[in-house]
Amino acid sequence: MSDVFVEIDAVSRRFDVSKPLVTRLIHREPKQYLKAVDKVSLSVVRGETLAIVGESGSGKSTLANVIVGLLNASDGSVRFDGHLTSEKSGRELAPAIRRRMQMVFQDPYASLNPRWRVGAIIAEPIHAFDLARGPDVGRRVGELLELVGLHPDDAKRYPHEFSGGQRQRIAIARALASEADFLVCDEPTSALDVSVQAQILNLMKDLQDRLSLTYVLISHNLAVVRHMATRIGVMYLGRIVELAPAHELFATPRHPYTQMLLAALPDVRMTGRARTKVSGEIPSPINPPTGCHFHTRCPHANARCKSEVPALLDGVACHAVHEGRIAPMRVTASA
Amino acid sequence: MAETARPLLEVRDLTVEIPGDAHVYKPVDGVSFSVAAGEILGLVGESGAGKSVTGSAIIGLLQPPGRIGGGEVILAGERIDQLAPRQMRRLRGKRIGLIAQDPLTSLDPLMRVGEQLIETITTHLPLSRNEARRKALGLLEEVGIPDPERRIDAYPHEFSGGMRQRVVIALALCADPELVIADEPTTALDVSVAAQVVELIKRLSRERGMSVILITHDMGVIAEATDRVAVLYAGRIAEIGPVRDVVLTPRHPYAQGLMSAIPDVEDTRERLVQIPGTMPRLAAMPTGCAFHPRCTHAMPICAQVQPPLVDGVACHLYSPAPQAAIAGAA
Ligand SMILES: Nc1ncnc2c1ncn2[C@@H]1O[C@H](COP(=O)(O)OP(=O)(O)OP(=O)(O)O)[C@@H](O)[C@H]1O
Ligand SMILES: Nc1ncnc2c1ncn2[C@@H]1O[C@H](COP(=O)(O)OP(=O)(O)OP(=O)(O)O)[C@@H](O)[C@H]1O
Ligand code: SF4
Ligand code: SF4
Ligand SMILES: [Mg+2]
Ligand SMILES: [Mg+2]
Repeated sequence: MSDVFVEIDAVSRRFDVSKPLVTRLIHREPKQYLKAVDKVSLSVVRGETLAIVGESGSGKSTLANVIVGLLNASDGSVRFDGHLTSEKSGRELAPAIRRRMQMVFQDPYASLNPRWRVGAIIAEPIHAFDLARGPDVGRRVGELLELVGLHPDDAKRYPHEFSGGQRQRIAIARALASEADFLVCDEPTSALDVSVQAQILNLMKDLQDRLSLTYVLISHNLAVVRHMATRIGVMYLGRIVELAPAHELFATPRHPYTQMLLAALPDVRMTGRARTKVSGEIPSPINPPTGCHFHTRCPHANARCKSEVPALLDGVACHAVHEGRIAPMRVTASA
Repeated sequence: MAETARPLLEVRDLTVEIPGDAHVYKPVDGVSFSVAAGEILGLVGESGAGKSVTGSAIIGLLQPPGRIGGGEVILAGERIDQLAPRQMRRLRGKRIGLIAQDPLTSLDPLMRVGEQLIETITTHLPLSRNEARRKALGLLEEVGIPDPERRIDAYPHEFSGGMRQRVVIALALCADPELVIADEPTTALDVSVAAQVVELIKRLSRERGMSVILITHDMGVIAEATDRVAVLYAGRIAEIGPVRDVVLTPRHPYAQGLMSAIPDVEDTRERLVQIPGTMPRLAAMPTGCAFHPRCTHAMPICAQVQPPLVDGVACHLYSPAPQAAIAGAA
């Protein structure tokens, strides 16, 4: 029996995106809501890396923020190591729990206080959770900076004195400083070149093995996901459409959307491998298609798909798969 | 694309200085390259190599106390590195568009996205508000924002990370600039949207002759979009040349390391490849070739003499002197 660490149960999050009141009155428009996350259920197993992938705007960051309690869920619940955390806002959570979950934000600039020196930024969780005192704090900060490929002297500088990738590494060092055992990383290495990215991902993997950390990793970089993930959840317009062990998802993608994503990967080595562009537009989440959200772009859509939302059964939410109309795609790894 | 007689942008021996406590740091140190009209030049290199600082210096947006310490920036035959701030502001947005690495710095959080686009368009182009709004909607559509009619009046925080990045791209392109400096324009974008944005940039460069400096660490984007590539290391160009040559048969040892570190989805290696060692800090720049502490081919001369950029590569392995020395020793 696997050891469930974080239980996400039917979580939804809506945003009010109504036009300004006056405009609405003039045009007699009702209030409008956008469902960024739509009844997502997931369990994160202790010690694993659960990756969430999906196109821009599919609700990944919103889900991440709900998981760590920075956004309230409109519906559903989140349990962290047995504690119900979704009822309370981040600040109300007991410090003992708050310390154990950390988030690396998609936008590293916004998450670093520009008026603080980097040393103070990284030391903040160390002080807040009383993880070290006196000169040990500075030493710990120096260690963390070195871990992410920066220099202990960098503690004296301000965030604006760093390059984009350096700032992203500062954000990672800060998240590691809290010694959390659950890390939600939203595009943690998107601003990093391949070599530094490899350094950080290898480091995250080492720490995970050593300290049995649990990660939720959001990334649109499938090479990163393949390298890091134990399991992968594919999100489309607020819903999980496929959930599978990483190697299975890459070898035999089952949902038509996953198949489309994998076929669209660019040909980095210029081998001339045919690349299928993702076809169709991402529909607006304000007015999502009925039934299966993907039916407007799906080559296998039929009448049922337009009216009935497919349930996530056996790791895939697709009528055609459930009906046995389509088989998993086999991806032949080219040499 | 073939180079025309006079390039649109010429950067000659550009040096950027940042006065520090003890000495003056040089995040960019003697960089020269040119971009032809309609050409897309890729700029790659590890984190901290000086890519963004190079871009900021060209467009006159260096953070003080950073300043241009030497060299020239020439746009369509005219020097622009010594323009007064007021003249430079007029150039920015109109003739040179910037897609900043940090999308939030380009967006006003208190202003609706549409307002920001319309304001930029009407400042630089002779269009009415209505025409500007239509142009803005068209651009949002082109960068792949679904249902732009409904989204144009939203505030930046109501967009997802990738959508914000696309708004910034629309903002940089909206006044039809001659040159666009795109600093990591696709970092927050998934492959399909990134492909759409790259396609748009390519189309504008083809149709309007817009030149582009594309800073990115995404080799997929480099391979698909650029004509030529410059590899930057520690503030200097290590190698520059046509994209196929630099990506497929890099000559500089650093460029070779960078290309072999590209992870691939077909790659199932347990650990990702990293180039051993790290980019030197500005405060501790090695003598000679800045790459020598990490270079497996380093020779005695490498620690002493800075290799000049000859025939597109700055490495003693390719300069006549050491080869002559080796031949002489043999
Ligand atoms: N505060 C908000 N108000 C209104 N809409 C919002 C808000 N936050 C997010 N949204 C909308 O919710 C949807 C999902 O956004 P989210 O940031 O979760 O996407 P994402 O999957 O992280 O995308 P990306 O890959 O671009 O970062 C988007 O359509 C976005 O515009
Ligand atoms: N205002 C500043 N003060 C001091 N050092 C600075 C300042 N701005 C940049 N630097 C340093 O200059 C070097 C080059 O920075 P730059 O932002 O150009 O890197 P980059 O190549 O864009 O890297 P990345 O890929 O991480 O964005 C870095 O080492 C950075 O720390
Ligand atoms: S449910 Fe229907 S429309 Fe949706 S992915 Fe499956 S076949 Fe396509
Ligand atoms: S100049 Fe020397 S140290 Fe530098 S890259 Fe060439 S061989 Fe290596
Ligand atoms: Mg996001
Ligand atoms: Mg940069």
